[in-house]
Amino acid sequence: MNKSWWKILSVILLLYTVAGGFLMDVPRLSIINETIRALYFHVPMWFGMVLMFLLSTLNGILYLRKPDKDRDIVSVEFANTGLTFGVLGIVTGMFWANYTWGSPWHGDPKQNGAAITLLVYMAYFILRGSLENHEQRARLSAVYNIFAFAAMIPLIFIIPRLTSSMHPGSGGNPGFNMYDLDSNMRKVFYPAVTGWILLGVWIASVRIRLRRVEEKILDLEYEKNN
Amino acid sequence: MLVRLLYKEFTLELRRKTVISGLALYLISTIFIYYLSFNLRQNLISPLTWSALFWVTILFTSVNTVAKSFIGEKKGEQIYYYSLVSPVLIIVSKILYNFLLCLLLAMAGYILFLVFFTNPLVDVGLFSLTIALACLGFAASLTLLSGIAAKANNNILMPVLSFPVIIGILLMVIQITKNCIDGLDRSASTDELLTLCAINIMVTSISYLLFPYIWRS
Repeated sequence: MNKSWWKILSVILLLYTVAGGFLMDVPRLSIINETIRALYFHVPMWFGMVLMFLLSTLNGILYLRKPDKDRDIVSVEFANTGLTFGVLGIVTGMFWANYTWGSPWHGDPKQNGAAITLLVYMAYFILRGSLENHEQRARLSAVYNIFAFAAMIPLIFIIPRLTSSMHPGSGGNPGFNMYDLDSNMRKVFYPAVTGWILLGVWIASVRIRLRRVEEKILDLEYEKNN
Repeated sequence: MLVRLLYKEFTLELRRKTVISGLALYLISTIFIYYLSFNLRQNLISPLTWSALFWVTILFTSVNTVAKSFIGEKKGEQIYYYSLVSPVLIIVSKILYNFLLCLLLAMAGYILFLVFFTNPLVDVGLFSLTIALACLGFAASLTLLSGIAAKANNNILMPVLSFPVIIGILLMVIQITKNCIDGLDRSASTDELLTLCAINIMVTSISYLLFPYIWRS
């Protein structure tokens, strides 16, 4: 019980996000209108994705410093969860863009950067799939993971800020600072971010435990047969 | 030692002349295919198409050039180098060598583009600087990735791993090329140039730090 408090907190926060996100008042802005509610579902996905990839990369670095099979499992599963968050972020963004920009894919620098990030991490999984030796797979994919994370930084954080973008929060479009005027949205936004991130950590931790059990079963079978 | 490793790379390259001539032929035939595909009508190629075609050609040629940098070496050979020099020297020499090779091919590509198409560029000086920076970025990131791909023995892996990583450099470079074509003042490209330099420094230092881990197996 005392270990699962954060899982309960995550469920409560997300229930509150869904209820409050759809029911509470939001500021009326032209064009955006009610789609501003996407903030509670779309933006936390990116926060979650970046955090998951960061944790994955940190575990990759730790693996390179001191090779340990467990670090590799943790690193892969965080990358997996991050990729899921990224795909959800792209999809929620496309729904929003369909109503606000008129088409799901608008070629906005932020959209393109996000899509390339997903391609990089898909390549990470292709790389893992094509290496047979476990130890080699763990080491090479850790190297690629660090490289990919570094390549992701200019794509999501720098290039969209250099080019003009229609995405809220850049190029003079109403964005995050805009909501300073309306602290009502913060009441839902911050719990939403916390809730989604906790859910991501939860998903990853369940998958990590599953993988550890699978590894253990394999080891036991190996011992029995020898 | 670094000079000697570079010298070794060049000697090996000159001994196996087929590889470098193969790359040159690859470049020429690609550009000739563009020429024929556009139905010999030069006016169809707007300056922006020119820059897109040029950079895609350079990207593909660089990937092919760098991809072979570890494949040619036999296993015993690698163990031999491993006992002689530190991995850091190996990666630095390979990056430098690949940089020079990419630069040579990009220059050749530019001359071929001039021959077959027109020259839309107003600011050639800045464009040359861009080519050099792009080749450095390509060489630094592709050398590390080709080390990974060579271990996996998978032909499709090199483009899959490298294209997404390289897009950041490519976007910056295309933006600067557009400024060169429009003949904008050089100060207009400062932001992009600085970002490009930052990406290059980042990519080079990461390759430098991570290569010893690939090398060890």
